[in-house]
Amino acid sequence: MGSILTDRKNQVLTKKLGASTDIDCAKESLAGSVSQRACVFCGSRVVLYPVTDALHLIHGPVGCAAYTWDIRGSLSSDRELHRNSFTTDLREKHIVFGGEQQLYQSMVELIDKLKPEAAFVYSTCIVGLIGDDVEAICKKVEKEKGIPVLPVQSEGFQGSKKDGYKIACDALAKLVGTRNNKEVSKKSINILGDFNLAGELWMLKEYYEKIGVEINATITGDGRVNDICNAHKASLNVVQCSGSMMHLAKTMKEKYDIPFMKVSYFGIEDMSDALYEVANFFKDEEMLRKSTELVKDEISLLLPALEEYRKGLEGKKAAIYVGGAFKAISLVKALRLLGIETVIVGSQTGNKEDYKLLADLCNEGTIILDDSNPNELSDFVNQTGADLFIGGVKERPIAFKIGIGFCDHNHERKEALAGYEGMINFAKEVYASVNSPVWEFTSRKKQK
Amino acid sequence: MLLRHTPKDSIERKALTINPAKTCQPIGAMYAALGIHGCLPHSHGSQGCCSYHRSTLTRHYKEPIMAATSSFTEGASVFGGQANLLQAITNIFEIYEPEIIAIHSTCLSETIGDDLNQIIQKASDDGKIPLGKHVIYANTPSYVGSHVTGYANMLKGIIRYFPEATEKKTDFINLISGWVEPSDMKEMKRLAKMMGAKTIMFPDTSDVVETSLDGDYKMYPKGGTTISELIASGNSKKSIGIGTWATKEAAIALENKCKVPFALTDVPIGLQATDRFIQAVAKAAEISIPDSITNERGKLVDVIADMHQYLYGKRVALWGDPDQLIPLVEFLVDLDMKPVYIVTGTPGKLFEQKMKEILSEKVPEAKYKAGEGADMFMMHQWIKNEPVDLLIGNTYGKYISRDENIPFLRMGFPILDRIGHSYFPTVGYMGGLRILEKILGLFMDKQDAESPETSFELVM
Repeated sequence: MGSILTDRKNQVLTKKLGASTDIDCAKESLAGSVSQRACVFCGSRVVLYPVTDALHLIHGPVGCAAYTWDIRGSLSSDRELHRNSFTTDLREKHIVFGGEQQLYQSMVELIDKLKPEAAFVYSTCIVGLIGDDVEAICKKVEKEKGIPVLPVQSEGFQGSKKDGYKIACDALAKLVGTRNNKEVSKKSINILGDFNLAGELWMLKEYYEKIGVEINATITGDGRVNDICNAHKASLNVVQCSGSMMHLAKTMKEKYDIPFMKVSYFGIEDMSDALYEVANFFKDEEMLRKSTELVKDEISLLLPALEEYRKGLEGKKAAIYVGGAFKAISLVKALRLLGIETVIVGSQTGNKEDYKLLADLCNEGTIILDDSNPNELSDFVNQTGADLFIGGVKERPIAFKIGIGFCDHNHERKEALAGYEGMINFAKEVYASVNSPVWEFTSRKKQK
Repeated sequence: MLLRHTPKDSIERKALTINPAKTCQPIGAMYAALGIHGCLPHSHGSQGCCSYHRSTLTRHYKEPIMAATSSFTEGASVFGGQANLLQAITNIFEIYEPEIIAIHSTCLSETIGDDLNQIIQKASDDGKIPLGKHVIYANTPSYVGSHVTGYANMLKGIIRYFPEATEKKTDFINLISGWVEPSDMKEMKRLAKMMGAKTIMFPDTSDVVETSLDGDYKMYPKGGTTISELIASGNSKKSIGIGTWATKEAAIALENKCKVPFALTDVPIGLQATDRFIQAVAKAAEISIPDSITNERGKLVDVIADMHQYLYGKRVALWGDPDQLIPLVEFLVDLDMKPVYIVTGTPGKLFEQKMKEILSEKVPEAKYKAGEGADMFMMHQWIKNEPVDLLIGNTYGKYISRDENIPFLRMGFPILDRIGHSYFPTVGYMGGLRILEKILGLFMDKQDAESPETSFELVM
């Protein structure tokens, strides 16, 4: 089986010294590929999902709501409204006669009963086709019920997940700046692009609070509508997972002149930088001193703990295939700290800049991929002899079938992987999986 | 409490579905297609649909689930998806080399009016389908029916294409499997074999979605009904459709096409439904029922007798698909339990009629509902008003189970948080035993954990 479709040859690259690191990316998937990508709706849904006190109503046939029911491990410190699944469940009659009445009625019923702080109304493929005026209905309900009702025009066919992120950001941007009912200090930030998977956000919050930074809004992990409405009062936006939230950060810069910085909380280096850079931004000696202290304390605890794992991992090889390329960059660095070399790295939605960074960071011979598929991935794993795969739900069983370790770095992670504690969890998970006794019972077809 | 929002007072709902007890057609078409050997399902729609179906099936089976997509874009949705599908067919045969592509539509492609039959014909005329390879299809708009009808539609698509009737009938019988687990398909084959019947089962997902780990990733695992079996099914002397919702239309289509007469029987969950399945096989294959089968049956009856005291009068709430719920409810009644609340998101009047037949005399207080508005939210409200002792259904019951402290048996689709369904059947007499073992385990564990010291028992 030839493993690369002719038309996507330029979406695969092997790093060679002096050779071009230009890769084809950000293009539509080829029809007929077993792509690991998702749609616009999926992008919007995962980004907005963690706003816990809002109503998330999916306007479309049942599937789009059923498949996104509580699939993201975004934890809440209070309300859990976001973990239910609400849908207009459009049927054939609505496709013929329109679904507006169904939408209006659903929203009114829900808002009356559940008293959400705001409502997000997602349009799915079909809504774009039948031409429901979702915006007008949202306006009407907003007026009648007195809460923000935001249309999220996320028809799936408009593009890929990345386009959905942008649409979600636009919906959030409509909330930002609409309220001034919160005291916010000069030294406050918004955390953008952390989704509180396995409680990661709470760890980050603690780090920042320790160095004297106040957290204003968290967007969207453990998110609250009122905080988002007051988000314009923060002095800085700190953006992780740049793919999903940069658009909001840029919008807020334009509209409210709030500067932003890109960070990653994954791995010791990046986590520490995320603290230092914020301290530097505020030009606060005390904050910087506290950051240095915190980093020193954490690392002095962490490094000896990591050493055990490192011993068992030194010299192993990893394959990475994740949603966003920015995350992949952090992963390469974190794996290096554990003595693991990355031999394959790819993403669903990376851009040229990301892939350039990746190519610069990786060793000679590393295979770099955009919008890959299971066949390619498994062939490359066999070819490179990788011992570990880092990916999401659809990659896990493939890795296991080949007989190598796996770490979920997507929605289904069960342990917090961000921050210093996260680094230990990550090392532990990788160590356990790579060195599991189960691999002794399989005959792996390694082609070295 | 996760579901603290569920009010006890029933609320008037005209339009809304909260926490659905169903999903959409395409995933059923995808699952059915996986039961054909060397078949790559293909989703003709946006990328997200395919990704969601693959993810859900992957979570349910913990196995790689492969399917391709037409990757619709704005352009395709304005100008039609023909170009995408033609390119997809070419690409798939070039790179993934399946024997068969099984295309299903989505709400998007249906609404813009793509004619799958015509596009496939064009692909064939243009020489895009290599010799000896096949492209089949099913229409599965998401706004009609449910995942169950999607499965049924793909079965019809298979029948439309493969079976051929030649002069000579064989002594094989077709087992057209409803939507059950690979373990269940295996068990039904085992029972038929034990009786000495020669069978062709389709679809057959055993050894496709529960494969062994042997250090090699295979895009097309060894299981699945083969093309030659599918062709030969046209010469079988009889078909048995197992589960009305999933198989009736396919069985009719096969009769019309190849003059293979059919009988419908329930999915063999529990004692009586298994009896009927065994009788159907015996009748179709014109064979008698061997003692070994009678012996398995006797064991199930024996355990029911042994454990009756723990089952009697227990109230149960169930949700899922009609083909499973009907025999399961019947089984619970046979166990002297009280299935009091039953919900399915899959529409169909026949369901409520069947429930009435089974329940009106023995459990007159039972409430049941199918289709619009029949969702987990409503089920929870019923439970809040009068609690039950046991929940049976797919993973989505775990919220209610936790909030209300009710033991919960996972059965149905999807099961995202436990394993076992792929390997241990719930059909047949042995499957009945397994259901019983699970129910008793749940009751007894709860009793052990919660009973006061004075009534804590060693022997149960």
